[in-house]
Amino acid sequence: MGSSAFKSPPLLTRILGFAGLLGLLFLGNAWVERPLIDQSVTSFYGMDQYKEGIVISCGIYVILAVSLNLVNGFTGQFSLGHIGFYAVGAYVAAAVSTYGHARLFPNLPIDGSPIGVVQGAYPVLLLCLIGGLAAAVVGFIVGLPSLRLRGDYLAIITLGFAQIIQVVIRNIKAVDGATSFTGISRGDTTILTPHLTNFFWVFLFVALTLWVSYGLRFSTHGLAFLAVREDEIAAEAMGIPTTRYKVTAFVLSAFFTGIAGALFALYQPSLSNDQFSFVRSIDTVVMVVLGGLGSISGVAIAAVLLTILPEALRGIDQYRLVAYSLLLIVLMLTRPQGIFGREELSRAWLLGQIAAVKSWFSRRSLRPS
Amino acid sequence: MHQLLEQLLIGVQIGSIYALIALGYTMVYGVLKLINFAHGDVYMVGAYAGLGAAGVLGTWLPGHTPLHTLLPSPFGAILVLLTAMLLCALLGLIIEQAAYRPLRTRSWIVPGLVIGGASGYVAYGIALNGNRTPASAIAIGVVVWLGIGALLRTTQSRRTVGTPSRLTALITAIGVSLFLENFGLLPQIFSSDQRFIQRSQIVTLPNRVSVLGASVSVQTLLIFGLSLILMALLTYIVTYTRIGKAVRAVSFDADAAALMGINTNTVIAFTFALGAALAGAAGVMVTGLTGTAFTPYVGVLMGLKAFVAAVLGGIGNIPGAVVGGLVMGLAETLVVAYGPSVGIPSTYRDAVAFFLLIVILLVRPAGLFGRLAPEKV
Repeated sequence: MGSSAFKSPPLLTRILGFAGLLGLLFLGNAWVERPLIDQSVTSFYGMDQYKEGIVISCGIYVILAVSLNLVNGFTGQFSLGHIGFYAVGAYVAAAVSTYGHARLFPNLPIDGSPIGVVQGAYPVLLLCLIGGLAAAVVGFIVGLPSLRLRGDYLAIITLGFAQIIQVVIRNIKAVDGATSFTGISRGDTTILTPHLTNFFWVFLFVALTLWVSYGLRFSTHGLAFLAVREDEIAAEAMGIPTTRYKVTAFVLSAFFTGIAGALFALYQPSLSNDQFSFVRSIDTVVMVVLGGLGSISGVAIAAVLLTILPEALRGIDQYRLVAYSLLLIVLMLTRPQGIFGREELSRAWLLGQIAAVKSWFSRRSLRPS
Repeated sequence: MHQLLEQLLIGVQIGSIYALIALGYTMVYGVLKLINFAHGDVYMVGAYAGLGAAGVLGTWLPGHTPLHTLLPSPFGAILVLLTAMLLCALLGLIIEQAAYRPLRTRSWIVPGLVIGGASGYVAYGIALNGNRTPASAIAIGVVVWLGIGALLRTTQSRRTVGTPSRLTALITAIGVSLFLENFGLLPQIFSSDQRFIQRSQIVTLPNRVSVLGASVSVQTLLIFGLSLILMALLTYIVTYTRIGKAVRAVSFDADAAALMGINTNTVIAFTFALGAALAGAAGVMVTGLTGTAFTPYVGVLMGLKAFVAAVLGGIGNIPGAVVGGLVMGLAETLVVAYGPSVGIPSTYRDAVAFFLLIVILLVRPAGLFGRLAPEKV
């Protein structure tokens, strides 16, 4: 870890912040001025639903991967169970949006038709908050005991918790855990899960996750996280309450994962248990590892790449997981630190890479034969 | 009373399967400190290998018919078991050489051949699917193969030799596991009805026998008996043979063992082969004798549960793995049998293992028989 760990990355933060602000204003504006009457609201500037779906799942995966990176990358604890928090966020948001429909948001359409930004602001924010908080509570319950363990044991115990969460959800009749949850029927009316998620909200929460992540990384708390990762015993000796920091990172990460789950639930017409299987957990872990454990920008880029890649390889879905697995193995053998290692994407990083390539070539030419 | 005895016997049957798989986890963890995530998938491969062997042998041996049918003679069944165990041992060896050894050493030839070859094959398949001509698809595959080989060669030549980080090893193991699960799904490998085998009993048996008044199926007794034989064999190998002694030495202290002239790499390879053979035997027994429905993903949950069994008994501890497996099997069966009467639905069956794991790890992190090593600064 170079000295860059202790300095904020000037370029990227500024670009991100600026672009984020601009984008928010732009998108918000675009939606506010649109009359919210027909299906065309969901299609954004001529994009069809298929492409829209890809962009939205890119955003959701960025949130998932960046929040997983808080635990796996920053504090160096290895969680394989974040899919459980994702499931909690999704199911809680879906349940609250349907069961609480009459009391909380009576104005939302019950047929699952898309809703614009202004009308959807209060429900989306509330549901994401509830989903996130529910996941955070579960994260606390899971994290407090499990974070006593380290390394492989932690990975296995989080995996175990995720499996338990899945089994428990499967047994909850209220959300049709055994089959798939689309909505509830009250008397002769059926209330479907509202379709609230659109670019604006996904973009907002991606920006929020990145912002919090960056803010943490270069704060004192973030340095404590890194200290825990680098050497837990030394960190403890320096007076850092390691358990507290580990649990904090875990809960925060679960919170954002829950938000991603809520966004997912409010986008999908139906939720089913097998959308939250162990394999999905692996997907996120691959993103984090590929991007570089601890590198926020790297993880975000990897998340986008790996979400688009299977779509680009469409029709050969059965190759996707084999390709993934080989990618993982080759990556671990050749570049175990990931594409970006622990560095952030910045001007300094780019210059460093160019210099490295140059020196590699010059070393080759200077090598005695 | 008889019902309880029946349930206990079924629990012992399931438990002995867990125990066989758990032995592989625990031995590999002992010598390499690695959770071999791919071990559950070796169990799956064992089942498929058993079916394949039964099919091939069925055409050779007189009086047998091809795949998906029965091998009435015990001789044929044992031949199937041994073939599958041998194939799985080979698979374990290849996994170790191709994926785990290059993390520790500078080896690149086997990884280049296996991983590069697999990547080339996948690239070939993708190119073929992308409407390329077969010739250009083959060219693409070869280029990818050579490229990965060259990449491995350059990076391996600069590797620092020694123990890799736990995380790197764990992720590699997850990669291997994913590969084994999904390789069979490639369209060229199996046809779709071969992938998901509904019912594939290799051996038919008389239905039920009576043991102390309780009626049990013969396969329950057979699985338990065969598992006992295999475990006895393993105990003999580990306790009395030269290589077994080396395994124990490496497990106790790998560095000291290396200094005493033990070739740790050979020992590790042997451990992988031994563990994989046991897992393969478990796979064959479950499919061949009980005719359970089978998919390439069957190893995931089985592997996880067996791993939990290994942790339960204290990972790295061979008798511990057996006890842990039996405890798990019994706990699961009892929850399914008696849970509903105390308010636990039988659908919680899969959660039992993880609940046990969590309790054990929190109360006694070293497992039932493990010793907790003091933390060194």
